[in-house]
Amino acid sequence: MILIELFMIFLKIGAFTFGGGYAMIAMIQYEAERHGWLTEAELVDFVALSESTPGPLAVNMATFVGIRTGGVLGAVIATLGIVLPSFIIILIIAKCFEKFKDSKAVKGVMSGLKPSVVGMIGTAFLSVGRTVFFPNGFHTVCFTDILFWIFLCIFVVSTVLAFRKMNPIKIILLAAVVGIGAGYGLGL
Amino acid sequence: MKIGAFTFGGGYAMIPLIHREVCTNKKWLDEKEISDIVAISESTPGPIAINAATFVGYRTNGFIGACFATLGVVLPSFLIISIISFILNEFKSFKAVQYAFMDIRAAVLALILKAMWMMFKSAKKNVISYVIMIVALILTAFLKIDAVFVIIGCGLFGLIWSLLNRKENSHDTD
Repeated sequence: MILIELFMIFLKIGAFTFGGGYAMIAMIQYEAERHGWLTEAELVDFVALSESTPGPLAVNMATFVGIRTGGVLGAVIATLGIVLPSFIIILIIAKCFEKFKDSKAVKGVMSGLKPSVVGMIGTAFLSVGRTVFFPNGFHTVCFTDILFWIFLCIFVVSTVLAFRKMNPIKIILLAAVVGIGAGYGLGL
Repeated sequence: MKIGAFTFGGGYAMIPLIHREVCTNKKWLDEKEISDIVAISESTPGPIAINAATFVGYRTNGFIGACFATLGVVLPSFLIISIISFILNEFKSFKAVQYAFMDIRAAVLALILKAMWMMFKSAKKNVISYVIMIVALILTAFLKIDAVFVIIGCGLFGLIWSLLNRKENSHDTD
């Protein structure tokens, strides 16, 4: 049962995600939350691992979620689900390539889709931000917590590095090293 | 031209790599075709790498080519992630791993911000565009509406809007 569910959900995500893996995060999160598959922190960890392993972010994340929820078979099913819509759609488009390329309708649809993807990545940003900075909810006082400031520093430094086109893998590794150092240094 | 050779670089199939392999090394497609394929991959649903691989595969070797190219991109990812997932489960309880991930999450937040900026840059800069961004954000973040509906809605809106403005847009070179 969970396998069918996994397949249908990743089929849906595969069929409706435009503009690459980051747009998918909000969608996966929505489904994972609804089905109680993963916690938010786990999902963020998957994003980090997916980003630092070879291969398309979307495929990596599908495989991760699949394994966690349905074992190896779950991973196969989830990956298949995410790849299949792309595959079929591209095959169709490849046949009528020239028409598609200059289509006014496609351009119109894209002019609405691109901004919406910005909004959805924004959603992912907000919810990941909440997980990082306010893990216990907004009501707890966290400005006195040293961890809050460490995370903030890492976020700011990573942002600067990312915008200077540093390789994401290097940024993630750097954060990992700082995290391990800070963790042991502070004796948490 | 062997189909089997299409498993090039496996999962590393990012656009520049596809470009180098397919265009410069193998001469399967020319520059223009590649840039078309990238544009199409971006404007069709699904992971860009998968779209591009399927397309290149189809262009060079028909349906079989598409199958092998897609499989070639997916398989390495799949295997690597499976292995990592099992390793991760073993080491999850280690303190060092927990510390590392706490800070990695903050770095991922930065990467998401970067992705958002990249997408923002590629979207049109006008009032309608900004309104869609904000509406999509509110719908998915605060009202918890399924992103599928938001995507369909925004796509339809873009389509209708562009049809209504067709006359004005015909002068727009963009």
